[in-house]
Order: sequence, then structure tokens, then C-alpha cells
Amino acid sequence: MRMLSPSTMKSVESGAVPQAAYLLEVEGVRKAFPGVVALDGVQFRLKRGSVHALMGENGAGKSTLMKIIAGDYAPDQGEIRLRGQPIHLTSPLDALENGIAMIHQELNLMPYMSVAENIWIRREPTNRFGLIDHAELRRRSAALLTSLNIDIDPDASVEQLSIANRQMIEIAKAVSFESDILIMDEPTSALTEKEVAHLFAIIRDLKAKGKGIVYITHKMNELFEIADEVSVFRDGRYIGTHAAQSVSRDEIIKMMVGREITQLFPKANAAIGAVALSVRNLTLPGVFTDISFDVRRGEILGLAGLVGSGRSNVAEALFGVRPAHAGTIAVDGVEVVIDSPTSAMQLGMAFLTEDRKETGCFLILDVLENMQIAVLNQRFVRAGFVLQRAASRECEEMRTALRVKAPSLYERTENLSGGNQQKVLIGRWLLTRPKILILDEPTRGIDVGAKSEIHRLISNLACEGVAVIMISSEMPEILGMSDRILVMHEGRVTGILDRSEADQIRIMDLASH
Amino acid sequence: MSIEKAAETANLLPGASKRRLPPEASIFLVLIGIALTFEALGWIFVGQSFLLNQQRLTVMILQVSVIGIIAIGVTQVIITGGIDLSSGSVVGATAMVAASFAQNSETPHAVYPTLTDLPFLVPVLIGLALGLVAGVINGSLIAYTRIPPFIATLGMYVSARGFAKWYTHGNPVSLFTPTFTSIGTGIVPVIIFLVTALIFHIALRYTRYGKFTYAIGANRVAARISGVNVSRHLVFVYAIAGFLSGLAGIVTIARAESGQAGMGVGYELDAIAATVIGGTSLTGGIGRITGTVIGTIILGVMTSGFTFLRIDAYFQEIVKGGIIVAAVVVDQYRQGRQRSR
Repeated sequence: MRMLSPSTMKSVESGAVPQAAYLLEVEGVRKAFPGVVALDGVQFRLKRGSVHALMGENGAGKSTLMKIIAGDYAPDQGEIRLRGQPIHLTSPLDALENGIAMIHQELNLMPYMSVAENIWIRREPTNRFGLIDHAELRRRSAALLTSLNIDIDPDASVEQLSIANRQMIEIAKAVSFESDILIMDEPTSALTEKEVAHLFAIIRDLKAKGKGIVYITHKMNELFEIADEVSVFRDGRYIGTHAAQSVSRDEIIKMMVGREITQLFPKANAAIGAVALSVRNLTLPGVFTDISFDVRRGEILGLAGLVGSGRSNVAEALFGVRPAHAGTIAVDGVEVVIDSPTSAMQLGMAFLTEDRKETGCFLILDVLENMQIAVLNQRFVRAGFVLQRAASRECEEMRTALRVKAPSLYERTENLSGGNQQKVLIGRWLLTRPKILILDEPTRGIDVGAKSEIHRLISNLACEGVAVIMISSEMPEILGMSDRILVMHEGRVTGILDRSEADQIRIMDLASH
Repeated sequence: MSIEKAAETANLLPGASKRRLPPEASIFLVLIGIALTFEALGWIFVGQSFLLNQQRLTVMILQVSVIGIIAIGVTQVIITGGIDLSSGSVVGATAMVAASFAQNSETPHAVYPTLTDLPFLVPVLIGLALGLVAGVINGSLIAYTRIPPFIATLGMYVSARGFAKWYTHGNPVSLFTPTFTSIGTGIVPVIIFLVTALIFHIALRYTRYGKFTYAIGANRVAARISGVNVSRHLVFVYAIAGFLSGLAGIVTIARAESGQAGMGVGYELDAIAATVIGGTSLTGGIGRITGTVIGTIILGVMTSGFTFLRIDAYFQEIVKGGIIVAAVVVDQYRQGRQRSR
């Protein structure tokens, strides 16, 4: 692969400095939207052959900055220099042609087309009749994937690929443009540890080839593993840039939140009571087998395991979303049948799903409707009519208690940040006053501040006697919050560890059995 | 990052506390605009007022009442993210069956010679029940076999029309009891339309049924996980739509004083048009009855206005199609603007 992309050469011809110290320089950028300044006086510099991490709470302005760099938005003020030359990008396509590729958090692939078609869309090789040359398409794709050590069949249909593999395809696509600048927005949020390692290997390879990589993440450990530099943003302002080696985790958190977070996982010691939920030999053929465990009042049971180990399926079975075929479930010692979410709710269960957007929020409805929907099955309804005044009052109290940042209860949920959407969903379930709370990745993709608030909340609920089952892929969260940790591997329970005996190594060992 | 996210962290958003105008306001302005346009054109080309003519206005709203009744059911179906193509055919089927029980004893060849001069409630209840059954079939197919609403109701569209023709082998049914035809006289159809609108306006805004209907349209999976019995609810919504088509069928024959197998052809599309013009989103989760009522009146004003201007009836349809599409374009633009506001 060439060191300089065609786009670089094109810009060299127009006077750019090919080996400029900085691939990209952003100076004094301001972007305002009606009623709000999203970015002000922001600077950012990306060196050739380096990984530059961007950190900040949700709403800090990282994504707005990246959208400006990727040509989605035009800045109101400020200058962007690409290889030393001022540039005005007009569209994402324009950015791509200038060697800037963005890998979106929400993957933008076409599910029913093949890997090769996805990578080369709009640039397909053609034969002499002007039709697509499929053999050449396949050959090019195979060569590209091999050069990146990605083991995926170019003819595979994208819908059949795992999230991790789709991510790899997105990266291959970006590389295929011979872009100099790759922007990755939380690329590991859906990847397993092994897949993350593969991704990092690819990133290091790209770095060695002289590319500049902008890496947006919420995960501190990734930062120290992969980044060379880190820039921190807060409330639309640039806070500072440090070399990754010379900065500590606490310093970064301090920069991000503007305050010290004394304890990341404030788990209080709750009084452990009687068994609230008892699961025996729960089986769904092909998905999970012979799952047995108890959860007591006041206890937090962590569910650890790799993505795809069946943790979420067990949660779905418990809540009646997709019931198990065999095994028994007992609530407060009484055996029960749970064949739908409705019946689970009648037993005092609540379920915060993994995918906030797909299975949680009603994005086009307002905060109030999102919060009150579940509780309307139990309270605030007389003769079919909603007692809106009482329901609104309680939702407003919940909004205040959870510190949901929204202008009012009548704001569309779509307009809230991820952390606040998650708080709305938690509020939805707390209004039902659950006895058993199932949380699937409760803090995925949300910022540090909201994360610790949610952790405190979960801990408080346990203290009030709620039995909590918490699925999490983040090891510190599992270790910090759980009283006991159940580890799954390929649909089976491989061990249940007590808080005192659990550590990262033992969990990983059980998870990869 | 959306602006709101930045705004909330920066605690800005000065305009956010301002109450937004209800979505109906803009549709209502469109109605006023169209009416005033006809008023101006009226003075220029016809030399008389379009609006200051009570008879014209009465006829206009009478004409659209039947479409309006159907559109109220269709609105609820579309809010769940579905569609109902069967309304017009269900109107035809209920029209024929209800007509056969509404005949008076002087009818020479009554469908049921022994069942004439029945109280008017008999044909009404039979018609409503038939509409309800059609709706329940639609809803059950959609909820339990999970075939797309388009296909399920397309089947009913064909079958119900077939039933309407088969029932009397295409013969019209007429000579009704006077009590029955009174349903269609004067402004009774308008009253039925507006009362129905009021009932379902209240149902959608103030009852759990309404909250769940919007929730299903906004995110069906999330609704199920939040404890909404989605399948049962969908059957209910389609049943209401069928019931209202039955009601429209009864009003139609009472007005026409005759039942014909071809009644209601194309009504489903007019009802969908009225709903969409009224601001209901075809992707579900958004829509209001008040908007649909205004949308229905817009359709009526256009028909009435074109006739008033003596524009060719066939040409009217060309323009009507364009206006329906324009309404959706405007709606999408508005949705998009709200989203990236």
C-alpha cells in the first residue's frame, strides 16, 4: 500500500505540504445551533501516524467536532487545515475525497448486500459492457481484507455478520478509500475482548502506515492501550491535550467532569434478605442450557460472560420476552409461569434492555410518555382513563430524582443524550416499584458522570430490598457492583463467584472456559 | 451530537420552554389558506362568494362526513404503524347487508320478504357487527400471523367487495323504512361524524388505549417489553376501524336510500389521504383526530371549490393527487426539522 493516498497527492499538487507535521489542524472552531453554542474556541491537532483519543461526557462536543471534520456540518468560525492547507468541506463525500473517512457508531452498511458490494459501492469495477465485474470485485475485496488480516468471505451477506465483523468491514471500507484520516466513534462498544484485540492490531497497522486516527471512546483502559495523545472536551469547550503516557486516569476523569469522582462504583452494603427469584434448569435449545441460580432481596447478581454467551437471552426468558422451553422459575418461593412481559410485570419484575434505541425508548414520543407507559398497567388508570395529573406529578418527581437533563417532560426523547435516555428508561421501571430488577448493560455508551449516578441508584435500590440482576461487559462495573457474579460461556453457567473471591482473571477464565 | 445534548449540558436552550404550536395549527392554516384562495378566485371568475353560502358549506361537509368517519378509524390504524386498505370494500359489504334488513313492507322483491319493517336498530346493529367482524379478521391476521397490514387488508379489500356483489348478485337494495333513512337526512351524518371524532379524540389523548396505540406505533418491541399486549391491542384497533367502516356504510345507504354493491369504491384512499393531510405520520406514533377532521374538511373544500369554479371533475382528480403528495412532503419536512432542531 502506498504511503500517500491519491487524495494527498491531489492536495500536494495544489500546494499542501505532504509531510506536514500535522495531518489536520483545527483552530478556534465555533458552531452554534439555534439557541445553543455546541462548540466554542475549539482546537485539535492530529499528527501523522498517531492515534488521538477524544474524551468527554456525552454532550461535550466530541461528535459535533467530528461531524465538522467529516464534512457533515460547516463551522461558523475557525479554520481547518488539512496537511497545512486551509480547507472548506462541503459534504461527507467531499471529506472522503479529501482523505477523511468516518466510521459511524451506528453502522451504515446495507444488510442484504455482500461484503464486497458494501465496500466498493459507487466504485464497482466494470467490464467492457459497463456492467459490474464480479470476479474483479471479489478479487479486490479479498486482497483488501487479507492486507488487513480480516478473515471474512467477500461474498458473505452483511446481515449474517456479527456486529464485530460489520465493524471490520466499515474499517476496510474506510481503508479502501486510502484515507489519511480515520475517525472512529466508539468502535468497541459492541465488541468482545478478543475482537477488540483484533481491532487494535488493525489500528496499529494503520498507524504504522502513516495514517492519523481519531478515536472517540468512553473506555479509559482502551485509551491507555491504543492512544498516543488524548484531548478532552467539556460542555463544548476544549479542555486540554496530553500524551497518553504522561497522564493518569484520575486526571482525565477530572478534566472531563470538572470535578473529582471519588468512587467510581459506590456500592453500599445492603442487607441481604430472602430468596426473591429462584431459577432452576432453565433451557432454551440452542441458546442456553440448564441455567440455575438464586437472587436474594438486596442482592446484586452480576452476569458476566462474552458477548453471545447467552446472558441477554436468559434475561429475556426471565422476563417472558422469549420464554424458555424447560426449567422452572420461582418468585418468593412460589413457582410461576412467565409467558409474556405482562406476566413478568405482574410478578413485580422489571427489565432494562440492552439496546436503548431498538427495544427501550419511544424516540418520537416525549419523556412523559416514555416514563409512564409501563406503570399504566398498574396505576394511574381509572375506567380506562389516565389520571394524567397524578401520573405527570410522579413522573416529574422521578425526573428530578434521577436528574434527567431535559427542558421538560414534553421534550422528545430523541433529543436527549444517551445517558439521559437511559435514566428515563430506568425511571419507567422504577415507577412500577419492582421487586426484581433485571438490567442489561445499564451503562453502555453513557458518560462517566451519568454512569456513577446510575451505579449509585442501583446500589440504593438494592439497599431498599430490590433483587438486582445486572448484565455487564465492563469488568470494573461487574466487579465493583456485584455481590455475586455468575459467569456464562456458550449458554451454560460456568461458575458463580462470591464478591470476595472474584477478580478479573478468574472471571475471564470462566468466561472463556 | 444533537444540539439538545450540548444545550442541556450548557444549560441553555432559551426557546425550549416556549410552548410549541400544536401540529394542527399549521394544517388549520392550510385549510384557511385554501378556503380564502377559493373565495378570491370566486369573486374573480364566478362573481360570487365561495364561503358566504350556507347551502354550499352544508353540502360540502355532508359529502365528506362518510370519509371522515372512516378516516377516524384509519388514523388510529396508521398511528400503530399499519394501514387499512379494506375500508371502502367494508363500506360496500355492510351497505348491502344493512340495506337488506332495512326494507319496508311495500318492497315488491325484498331480500328477506318476511323480515321487512324491522326497527331501524336491527339493520344498524347488523351493519356495525359486520364491520366489526371484518376489522377483527384484519387485526387477527396482522397480529397473529404477522403478515404486513398492507397484505392482510388488501385481502379484505378484495373479499369484502366480492361479498358485497355476491350478496344480492349485484342487484341494488332499496325502499327503506322511514326511520332508517332518517339517519341520512339533514345534518345527521355530520353529527355522527363529529361525535365519533370527539369520542376517539378523547380515547386517543386521555385513555390508556390511546397511550398504548401511540406506543405501539413508536416502537412495537419496546411497547411489548413495557407490558403492552401488542397483539390484542392491534386486533382492537383494526376492529375499531372496521366498526367505523360499517358505520360509514350505514350512513351511506341511509343518505342514498339504496344499497349498491359498488358503494365505497375508493373511500379507503380518500380516508388515508385525509389522515395524511391531517398530519398523521405513515411511519406510526404520530397523529391526532383533530388533524384528521381538518384533513377531511380540506378534501371537502377542494372538491366543493373546484366544482364552484366549474373545473372539470376529471381534472379535479389530477390536482387532488398532487395535493395529497404535497401534504406528505410538507409533513416529512416538518418531521425532519423537528428531529434535527
